[in-house]
Amino acid sequence: MSLDKDTVRKIANLARLEVRDDELNHLAGELSNILQFVEQLAEVNTDGVAPMTSVAHMELPRRADEVTDGGYPDKVLANAPERNDGFFLVPKVVE
Amino acid sequence: MTAMSDLTKLTLAAARDGLKAKSFSAVELTRAHIDAMDRNRALNAFVTETPDLALERAALSDAKLGKGEAGAMEGLPIGMKDLFCTEGVRTTACSRILENFVPPYESTVSANLKKAGAVVLGKTALDEFAMGSSNMTSAFGPVINPWKRKSDPSARLVPGGSSGGSATAVAARMALAATGTDTGGSIRQPAAFCGLVGIKPTYGRCSRWGVVAFASSLDQAGPMTRTVRDAAIMLGSMVGHDPKDSTSAPVAVPDFEAALSGDIRGLKVGIPKEYRPDGLSDEISKLWEAGVDMLKAAGATPVEISLPHTKYALPTYYIVAPAECSSNLARYDGVRYGLRVEGSTLDEMYAKTRAAGFGEEVRRRILIGTYVLSAGYYDAYYIKAQKVRRLIADDFAKAFETVDVILTPTAPSAAFGLGETDDNPVTMWLNDVFTIPTSLAGLPGLSLPAGLSADGLPLGLQLIGRPFDEETVLRVADVMERSAGFSAMPAGV
Repeated sequence: MSLDKDTVRKIANLARLEVRDDELNHLAGELSNILQFVEQLAEVNTDGVAPMTSVAHMELPRRADEVTDGGYPDKVLANAPERNDGFFLVPKVVE
Repeated sequence: MTAMSDLTKLTLAAARDGLKAKSFSAVELTRAHIDAMDRNRALNAFVTETPDLALERAALSDAKLGKGEAGAMEGLPIGMKDLFCTEGVRTTACSRILENFVPPYESTVSANLKKAGAVVLGKTALDEFAMGSSNMTSAFGPVINPWKRKSDPSARLVPGGSSGGSATAVAARMALAATGTDTGGSIRQPAAFCGLVGIKPTYGRCSRWGVVAFASSLDQAGPMTRTVRDAAIMLGSMVGHDPKDSTSAPVAVPDFEAALSGDIRGLKVGIPKEYRPDGLSDEISKLWEAGVDMLKAAGATPVEISLPHTKYALPTYYIVAPAECSSNLARYDGVRYGLRVEGSTLDEMYAKTRAAGFGEEVRRRILIGTYVLSAGYYDAYYIKAQKVRRLIADDFAKAFETVDVILTPTAPSAAFGLGETDDNPVTMWLNDVFTIPTSLAGLPGLSLPAGLSADGLPLGLQLIGRPFDEETVLRVADVMERSAGFSAMPAGV
């Protein structure tokens, strides 16, 4: 698979990464190279093989649905770039 | 009383015994390492140094030692990879996006080590978000390997990566040991490049809670030390079940040090024929053969095995790891913590923040990961890779029906120089060709220094074990360490 500039722009948008127009060509080449490299997997017969999502040989543990943590909003907000009155602040999203 | 400069040359085990015997104090031991950090600052091993905190902790350790209440790592100065969140101490993952992040909580592994009495000297450098094999992707400059080529001592070599700061700190005797994390080889390859022992334990052994996430199905923490015994001691203080990590294994913690019996008679050691790719250097081949001879001499039996899907491990990894990376790094949104670059809309703020905060390699992996997870490509790339991952894991499971441990080289070369690599990212990725299969299968893998290259640089061999059988891996490594007799040190240290 060879990626064109438009596809790179689309992926960058999906990933919420601003990419300058003058970087698109270079990135398209680089990402295409990588895809060509990983596409050798196509030659492996994986019929009937179940995808491996985890190597942990265990059931996902469950616990009671109880609040076990929290009660320290100042700590949670301590690293926020912008905060006010116990909330994170973001640019206006609703007109 | 041991001379101050000699204190940094001790093994973890000898320092522990020296503290207990009151031959020196934890404060003296810590101060000796702080002096070494001062002398070696040009190597750029630490992102954040915490000498005052270290001395405070050391004084507490001396009090505990005096009362006979010493923990397993009491008073022992170590480096902490800057991927472990440390309460009140800046944690950057060597990324601009976390440049000013001060965690309000402590990772489980670093908390375990502190509870055992370890004295943390500071946070060690890494490739940005642990993505790299050279430490050159760090936002805070490359780390320099203290080892030099005989033929060209002026060339600056990389320590490997991503745990390169930890490797340099331990090799240059700035810390007795250090923590690493390993997603595809990030403990083992830098250990090999710097003449150290590094073990990535079984997936699930160490809690991932509070470790800045890269690829969650692969990430594991482990120790980087100068001897196998030291690795056993430190590993024991890092592991343990943690309900805060749903993949943390509820298994008992063995006495790893007690596993070093020196007896490997009758053990079967697998030698995978697929680990001899075309172009593998003579030097690495010979080292590997020497390793086989050491095991034979100690009464173990080498057995040729086949791991037929080995060549597909690297492409599998470079789908799975970027996919998980793109999901994990979605959290850096300029809202809750980390860098923020203003934009006129929320989306614009996200995109500008992330463009300014992430370096090239991280951006590349996020883009690849986003692509392989996107509609229309998910099955062809991501699901396909997960299927091949199972075949790779099955290869190992089958091999372990007949062998107890597997021996391979750790890396295809010795440490390379800064700027000696080409621009193709795939070339850099080949560094991890021997370590990635183990990671995909979730198995324990250890690198130990087994010899020097003709140019005077350390070379490593890797031992791979069954799930949760770090004890056999450590036992075999201990025997090999005695036979290899690796005693070289970087010049000037």
